[in-house]
Amino acid sequence: MKSRLSTLTFAACALLAPLASQAQTDIQWWHSMVAVNNEWVNDLAKDFNASQKEYRIVPTYKGSYDESMTAAIAAFRAGNAPHILQVFEVGTATMMASKGAIVPVAKVMKDAGQKFDPTAYISAVAGYYTAPNGQMLSFPFNSSTTIFYYNKDAFKAAGLDPDKAPSTWPEVALAAAKLKASGHKCPFTTAWQGWTQLESFSAWHNVEFASKSNGLAGMDARMKINSPLHQRHIENLASMSKQGLFVYKGRGNVPEASFISGECAMINTSSGFYGNVAKNTKFGYGLAPLPYYPDVPGAPQNTVIGGASLWVMSGKKPAEYKGVAAFFSYISSPEVQSASHKRTGYLPVTTAAYQLTEKSGFYKEKPGTDVAVTQMIRKVTDKSRGIRLGNYVQVRAIEDEELEQVWSGKKSAKEALDAIVKRGNEQLERFQKANKS
Amino acid sequence: MEKRVLFRSSWLPWLLLAPQVIVISVFFFWPAAQALLQSFQLQDAFGSSTEWVGLANFENLFNDPGYLASFKTTAVFSVLVAVLGISLSLTLAIFADRIIKGALFYKTLLVVPYAVAPAVAGVLWVFMFSPALGVVAYALEQVGINWNHLLDSGHAMTLIVMAAVWKQISYNFLFFLAGLQSIPKSLIEAAAIDGAHPWRRFWTIQFPLLSPTTFFLLVINMVYAFFDTFAIVDATTHGGPGQDTSILVYKVYYDGFKAMDLGGSAAQSVVLMLIVIALTVVQFRYVEKKVQY
Repeated sequence: MKSRLSTLTFAACALLAPLASQAQTDIQWWHSMVAVNNEWVNDLAKDFNASQKEYRIVPTYKGSYDESMTAAIAAFRAGNAPHILQVFEVGTATMMASKGAIVPVAKVMKDAGQKFDPTAYISAVAGYYTAPNGQMLSFPFNSSTTIFYYNKDAFKAAGLDPDKAPSTWPEVALAAAKLKASGHKCPFTTAWQGWTQLESFSAWHNVEFASKSNGLAGMDARMKINSPLHQRHIENLASMSKQGLFVYKGRGNVPEASFISGECAMINTSSGFYGNVAKNTKFGYGLAPLPYYPDVPGAPQNTVIGGASLWVMSGKKPAEYKGVAAFFSYISSPEVQSASHKRTGYLPVTTAAYQLTEKSGFYKEKPGTDVAVTQMIRKVTDKSRGIRLGNYVQVRAIEDEELEQVWSGKKSAKEALDAIVKRGNEQLERFQKANKS
Repeated sequence: MEKRVLFRSSWLPWLLLAPQVIVISVFFFWPAAQALLQSFQLQDAFGSSTEWVGLANFENLFNDPGYLASFKTTAVFSVLVAVLGISLSLTLAIFADRIIKGALFYKTLLVVPYAVAPAVAGVLWVFMFSPALGVVAYALEQVGINWNHLLDSGHAMTLIVMAAVWKQISYNFLFFLAGLQSIPKSLIEAAAIDGAHPWRRFWTIQFPLLSPTTFFLLVINMVYAFFDTFAIVDATTHGGPGQDTSILVYKVYYDGFKAMDLGGSAAQSVVLMLIVIALTVVQFRYVEKKVQY
C-alpha cells in the first residue's frame, strides 16, 4: 500500500511539473549520435532552447542508426512516435515510401511560415532527400562522403612522396607495392566496401549504379553494377588482394581501427572518420580525394553522400510542428552549420556555410578538411546525384557477402557482381511490391 | 491400481490451470499466431500497407539458394554445438564430482559464463581472435597458423561454435553435476569392489543412469543452438564470410529487426518453428526410448 501511495505521489508530481514551467511545448528528437557527436547534438538542443522560450527540444539517444529506426517504427505502430527522427541514408527509401508516417519537411516549414530555400543546399545533398515531384522530404543534418586517408610516415619510410597522395587506382597499386616492399603488412584497405568501392565508385566515374537515376526517379530501379568498368575495378582489387597489396579487414567501419593503429597505410572510408583520425593517430596523416581510373571519360565526377537526415513524423499537434520548424530554421543558419562542420567533420550542407567556413581560414589551418566538400559541390549528373534504393540494408549486406567471396578467391569479380545484381534486384522487386500504394 | 484425484467441479481444474495457460498463451501462442499470420503478408516497414500474398514469402525463401545453404550451415553448427557442449561439460562434471579440495571454487568458476549475455560472449571471443589485435590470433600466428575468420569459412565457423559452446557449458555442467551427485555412492562402491576400473564404472553405471539428464540436455542444447545464438553471430561474423555462418535464426533476426522485412522474417521463423517441432518429436519418439529412467 505504501509503495502504491508513493507511486501515486510521484505520478502527481510528474503531471504537475510541466504546469510549473508554463506550457512550453516539448519536441522529442530521437538520434543515434555517440561520444563527441552526442555532445554536439545535446549542445544544439541546449543552445536552441536557450534562444527562445516557447519550445523545448528533448534529444534522446535511441541506439545505432538501425536500432533507432526500428524503435521509431515500433513507436509509430503503437501511436507514440517522436517528432523528429534521425535516419541514416540507407533508410531513406523506406522513410520516403511510408507516406502516412512522415510529414515532408518542405510542408512543415511552409505551414509554420518559416523561410526554407532548398536551393541553398549543396545539390548532391538536397537532391538525395527530395522526392521525384521536387518536394524536399527530410532535413539534411549530418552528411558525409567517402574519401581517401593515408599514413604520411609510412609513405616516407617506403620512399614515397608524403605530400602527394596517389590520385588514380594505378598509382594506388604502385604505392601499395612500394609500401609492401618496405615491409608494410597492409598497404591498402577499405571500410564500407559496398559504399566506397561500388556506390561512390559509380558516381565518381559517372556510371550508373542502378537504373532510374540510381533509384531517385522511381521504385522500379534495377541494379546495374556488373558493367565492364565495375568488373575491371573489382578484378583489380582482387588481384591486389592476391598480391597482399589490399588486405580485407571486415565489414562496415571495422577496418578503420587498422588505419588508426598504423597497420594499414591507406584506407577508403567516410569523411566522418576525420575526427577519430585527428584525435587518435600517432603519425602524420593526409586526406585526399578518392582514386579513379584516368582513362574513364567524365571521371572524376562527384561522390555520393552518407550520414543521416532528420525526418518529421506524422500525427502531431500544429503547435509542435511550429516548434520543429523553428528548430530547423535555427540549425540551418550558416553560423550554426559552419560551427557544426568544423566540430564534427560532417559536410556543411549549405553553400553559405561552406563559404563562411572557407572565409574563417579553417581549411588552411587544417589541410584536407575540404576534400569531402570539394568532392561534393560539383555539378551533379543523373548518374551521380545519389543512390536511393529500397531494402537498401539488405542490398548492402548482399554487397558485403558477394565481395567477400571475391577476396577469398571463391568467386570471380564477374560472378560476384552478377550475383549482386540478381540478388539485389530480388530485394528491389520485393520492396516495390510491399510499397505499391 | 493408480490413485487419482477426481475433480467433481467443472470449473475448478480450469481455474487452477489458468495461470499456466495464460502465461503460455501470451508469451507463446499469441506471438506464434502473429508470426504465422505475418508470414502470409507483405508489409511496408511502418505497417501502413498490408497485402495478403499467400505463400509468396515461402516461395521466395525456397527459391533463394542462400537460404537453402543456410540449412546446411545450421545443421553443422547445431550438431557441433550440442555434441561438443554436452561432451565437454560431461567431462568437466565428472572431474568436478571427483575432486575434494577446492570443489566449490572450481564449480563456481565453471558456472560464471552462464551469467554472460550471448552478445558479450561473442565480443569476448572476437577480441581474442581478431586478426589484428587478438591474443589467440597472435599466438596462432607464432605457431604458423594464419588465423583469418574474415575470409576463411572454417575459421569463422570454429569461432562461433567455440563462443556458443563456451556460453552453454555452465548450464550443461550444472545438470550433469546434479545428475552425478544423485547416483547412489553404494552402486559405484559395489562396482569398485567387484573390480571395475573407473572408465568401466562410468560407462556401465554412471552414463546409463545419467541418460535422462543427457537426453534433456540434448533437447535443450538443440533448441539453444537453433534459437538463442543469433546474438553471438551478430557480434562476431555477421553471417560472413559470404553467408557461410549465416544460420537460420540469424537471418530471421537480421531480416526482421535490421532490414524490417517483417513478412520474410515471419516466414523464416515459421519454417524454423516447424523444424524445431519436428526435431523435438523425433527426439522424444526415438531417442527417448533409449533413455532409462
